[in-house]
Amino acid sequence: MQMSKIVRLSADIMYPFVVIFGLYVIMHGHITPGGGFQGGAVVATGAALVIVAYALHDVKAMIPKVLLYLQESMGLLLFIGAGLAGMLLAFPFFFNWLANSGSLFGMPVPFGPNPGELNTAGFLPIMNIAVGIEVWGGLTLILLYMLSGVGKEGY
Amino acid sequence: MISPFIWNNAVVLTVAVPLLAAFLCPLIGMFTETGRKAWVLAAAAITSALALFTAWKVYTYGTWVYVFGASVPNLTVPADSGGIPVRIMFEVDAMSALMLVIVAILGFVVILYSTMADDKRSGKAGYYTLFLLLIASIIGMVSTGDLFNFFVFFEISGLASAGLIAYRVEKGRAVEAGLKYFLVSTLAGIFMLFVIAILYGQYNALNIAMIAERMQYTSLDKLALVLIIGALATKAGSVPMHFWTPDAYGLAPSAVTALLVVASQASLYGLFRMTFTMYNLTLNAVTVGWILIILGVLSMFVGVTMAIPQKDVKRLMAYHAISQTGYMLLGVGTGLAVLGNVAMMDAFGQMAMEGGIFHIINHALYKGLLFLTAGAIIYRVGTRDMNKMGGLGHKMKWTMVFFMIGALAIAGIPPFNGFASKLMIYESVYLFNPVLAIIAMVVSILTLASFVKVFHSIFMGPQLPEYEHVEEAPRPMLWAMGILAVLVILFGIFPQHVVNYLITPAANALIDQSGYITAVLGGV
Amino acid sequence: MFANLPYYTVVALTIIGFATVLLKRNLVKMTMGLNILTAAVNLLIIVLGFRAGGIAPIYTMAPQTEMVLPTPQALVLTSIVIGVATTALLLSFTMVIYRKYGTTNVDEIRELRE
Repeated sequence: MQMSKIVRLSADIMYPFVVIFGLYVIMHGHITPGGGFQGGAVVATGAALVIVAYALHDVKAMIPKVLLYLQESMGLLLFIGAGLAGMLLAFPFFFNWLANSGSLFGMPVPFGPNPGELNTAGFLPIMNIAVGIEVWGGLTLILLYMLSGVGKEGY
Repeated sequence: MISPFIWNNAVVLTVAVPLLAAFLCPLIGMFTETGRKAWVLAAAAITSALALFTAWKVYTYGTWVYVFGASVPNLTVPADSGGIPVRIMFEVDAMSALMLVIVAILGFVVILYSTMADDKRSGKAGYYTLFLLLIASIIGMVSTGDLFNFFVFFEISGLASAGLIAYRVEKGRAVEAGLKYFLVSTLAGIFMLFVIAILYGQYNALNIAMIAERMQYTSLDKLALVLIIGALATKAGSVPMHFWTPDAYGLAPSAVTALLVVASQASLYGLFRMTFTMYNLTLNAVTVGWILIILGVLSMFVGVTMAIPQKDVKRLMAYHAISQTGYMLLGVGTGLAVLGNVAMMDAFGQMAMEGGIFHIINHALYKGLLFLTAGAIIYRVGTRDMNKMGGLGHKMKWTMVFFMIGALAIAGIPPFNGFASKLMIYESVYLFNPVLAIIAMVVSILTLASFVKVFHSIFMGPQLPEYEHVEEAPRPMLWAMGILAVLVILFGIFPQHVVNYLITPAANALIDQSGYITAVLGGV
Repeated sequence: MFANLPYYTVVALTIIGFATVLLKRNLVKMTMGLNILTAAVNLLIIVLGFRAGGIAPIYTMAPQTEMVLPTPQALVLTSIVIGVATTALLLSFTMVIYRKYGTTNVDEIRELRE
């Protein structure tokens, strides 16, 4: 049972903005308030918006289940891989081996008041992205399982 | 011989390897089934090897401190921090090393058992992920030196256990057990978070060694002590918070139950760590010791009396698990009650603590063996009600031998390991207060009576016609039970070696608080 | 009184949460009670980090150097994530129990007896 045409159209227009805002919160976790879990929850809210507007049956046909499972696993693997990767370079576990190093996120933090550099803080943005992807997949999966109905076997 | 990579980093690889294996499980399971079984077995074997290596290194070289995210692993106090250990660290001393030995042995054995026992079920991707997460969280709980890290691992173990208990939704009863367990576990977690808030607000530190150094026993600390004893004793299954134990242990898959016993003992380890190391002599040792003793005596007595009329074999064993937890609380509580008194501690306090701690590892071994044999019987027979079973000794000979070894060990019959630890507890507690020792002996007699009844009703008697088709348990389950049975016999025949090498350093590490603090703060 | 208002709120929320978990008979309401308890403890942790006259602990473009403590905020973040996972699992259990037993009343979900 779908909502009316106005609701569906509004959800179509709002959904990309919600996702972009969530991705912004994930990416800027080391400069502004936010980070992995908060941004992932915002993106999952976008998914909830689509689920409310359209019929659950259509949404389940649109999103393959295996994609969400893959998203969960990839996020978790990226997280613990970032922690273990430092050990291959003879550093301790979870040492920030990218900070101040000049490579991917390695610019040193500029001192004093500044508008915030995205390129800093080592592997923290990588872990934020990993947690964001994982929370997005996980919360969407929880929503789809729970909304699949109480009376019958779900999903 | 051992590469320097493993020599330096084994204590974190013990936690990182099961986590990595757990996260890769669903992906591998999407491609091959037997590949996932091999992957899980390999991960469990590597984790056990690393945990045993860590324990050996700690017993030989002393407390091992590993700081996360520092430039070298033992930089506990950074130069510009003003003398405060700011990072999360793992601190493994002799008591943690003993718990790591327990997790290493039982973790490998239950995964070996579970590859066969849960073979015909569906949805195993989530099952093995949660299993490896539970093992990783128990290892994290016993290795960590940071209070909030302990809370996080505590919650992970609660979540993973609840998911595993409710895994087989057979008409919803397992889900009811999982729900009951999870409500109690979450309440315990909230109390623990209260304690963290109180201690952090007063001392501005989350590191256990730092709080131990700064501890002055204000009235807020008394409140925190009451809450933390309540929360951790709830998770350990002691009376009067034991109501989740029979349902949870009874309805979980058998391999999971054996691991839940270890999770309860990890909470017991947390209780000892908080009272002995974090508070030490600032608290009123006699009062708190007597509280632990009273909890222990109640657990022993209520556990064994509720076990006698049970008809379900796993619920009966769960009540016995409550009763044996009482022995551990009695032994270590006696040690706490004489903590400040050097003369009494030398006379019987040290032996009481060693008895209690020895009972932890003995209980893990023989209770794990009993639950695995019960699981093998239920796997073959299909029912859990003892009144319907009978005459299984004709077909399941090896299972009967293993059950007999476990039952004699739990009743405290020589030459099995239960006798060694119970004798230490009886002798030392008798010198403290004779009434307690007599209660402990009566409980032991009732335990023996209860298990004689179970043995008779399951294995003895004529061969029943409906069990003609029952044959011996499958091979991997027999190997898993065999490893535990061999260890039960070995610990019973050579208890003196085990006590000298494993138990006495652990008891000394609990009594002596300054060693723990010095390892982090570098000597004062 | 206003100086200690957050602590009074924590006590009030704790009592309300505890009363809900202990006295209500519906599983969904017990889950809500646990959520209220978690919120109370999170509030206590954040309030402990407050310093009067401090600003948010963000280093870039900071107008002054007196800041509130950032560690309690990290602790509360972890605790909120744990609370989300707890609520999701409890609600899933409630759903399966409703499907199998037909009720969410705690007095009637008593299949497991002594």
